[in-house]
Amino acid sequence: MAHSIIVRVIALALLRLILILSIVRAMMSTDIPPTRPSPIPISRTQLFLGFLKIGLLGFGGVAAIARHVIVEDRAWLSEKDYASLLGIGQILPGPNIVNVSIMIGDRFQGPLGSLCALSGLMTMPLLILVGLATAYQSFATVPAVQAGIAGTAAAAAGLVVGTALKMTRKLKPTRLTLAIGVVVFAAVGIAHLPMLPVVLIVAPLSILAAARENRS
Amino acid sequence: MKDDLLGQIFVTFASVSLVAVGGANAVMPDIHRQVVDQLHWMDSATFANLFAVTQAAPGPNVLFVSLIGWHMAGLAGLAVATVAIVMPSGLLAFAVGRLLSRLEGRPIVKTIKSGLVPIAVGLILASGLVMGAAAYHGLLTLGITAATAAFVFLKERSPFWPLLGGALLGVAAYATGVPY
Repeated sequence: MAHSIIVRVIALALLRLILILSIVRAMMSTDIPPTRPSPIPISRTQLFLGFLKIGLLGFGGVAAIARHVIVEDRAWLSEKDYASLLGIGQILPGPNIVNVSIMIGDRFQGPLGSLCALSGLMTMPLLILVGLATAYQSFATVPAVQAGIAGTAAAAAGLVVGTALKMTRKLKPTRLTLAIGVVVFAAVGIAHLPMLPVVLIVAPLSILAAARENRS
Repeated sequence: MKDDLLGQIFVTFASVSLVAVGGANAVMPDIHRQVVDQLHWMDSATFANLFAVTQAAPGPNVLFVSLIGWHMAGLAGLAVATVAIVMPSGLLAFAVGRLLSRLEGRPIVKTIKSGLVPIAVGLILASGLVMGAAAYHGLLTLGITAATAAFVFLKERSPFWPLLGGALLGVAAYATGVPY
């Protein structure tokens, strides 16, 4: 029974990939020229496995684990490249990390790379989710499990906080850049203002500030 | 009839996909409005339970939508909901990524990217604070959060270890009767 479910999940995942692939191919065949070759060769398998790890460890804030794998563990991108790609992922609709996986996959291996990264990211969480949903009724009320989940959630929060602080340290921001980061943090994290308007207001100002700093 | 439901699942989530700026959490109220209030697929309590399951699993929060699909129509529902929520925004991200790498090196792109960096970092810190507040039960959970933050800040080791440590400390606290 469980075996046949797994087979069906895999079959459906493959179907999904084929579907997306054919659409991407259709898009590709029109007028978009191929991107420039990537500086470091990163194989599709590496993309899949790297994002598999991100999906598997991504409790709560996936951006934190993603940074660990992409910048530290695999060294695919520099601190700043990752931060700016994440910034783009945050402005676009859809989950940041899904957007980041698609853009990174394409950068190194084209559309197939995007698919490898995306499927790596989604596979394990989907399997775990289905398992959890099936078992949820019986295990979620066990107090020890609740305590374990509470501990994991607390650690996941610390992971996200630590990642933000570490990125700040490594990016060596100017005073103005730091102030912009603090404003965004205070508006969304402390004042609980909705994210989209905050970003839409601050982003142009921040880009103007970056333009001024580049000039000087 | 079942195809009808799958079609409805697809349309519902594909329409959410392109407005989901900020990921699934940003459109949660809208998904609730459609799924609970308009389509009557489930009641509010079931909605909250499914959300709790998503929080306990790793991966992007958008998988919550996959789980709604699973709840409604099994594996086919899961697949359709996942494709519906990921594909429209994913194709847009693909196109934007292409555009940016074609324009790579131009000063304007460099400036835009630099301008986005502090926003990305500020938003991560904000979500860390919100998550920390939600995870807060007492001194032990606060300690786990602080210790994990310090670990990540100071070390380049895998975040798997503090996550495992947090889970074990939680279970140990329960087993010994210490409040967490």
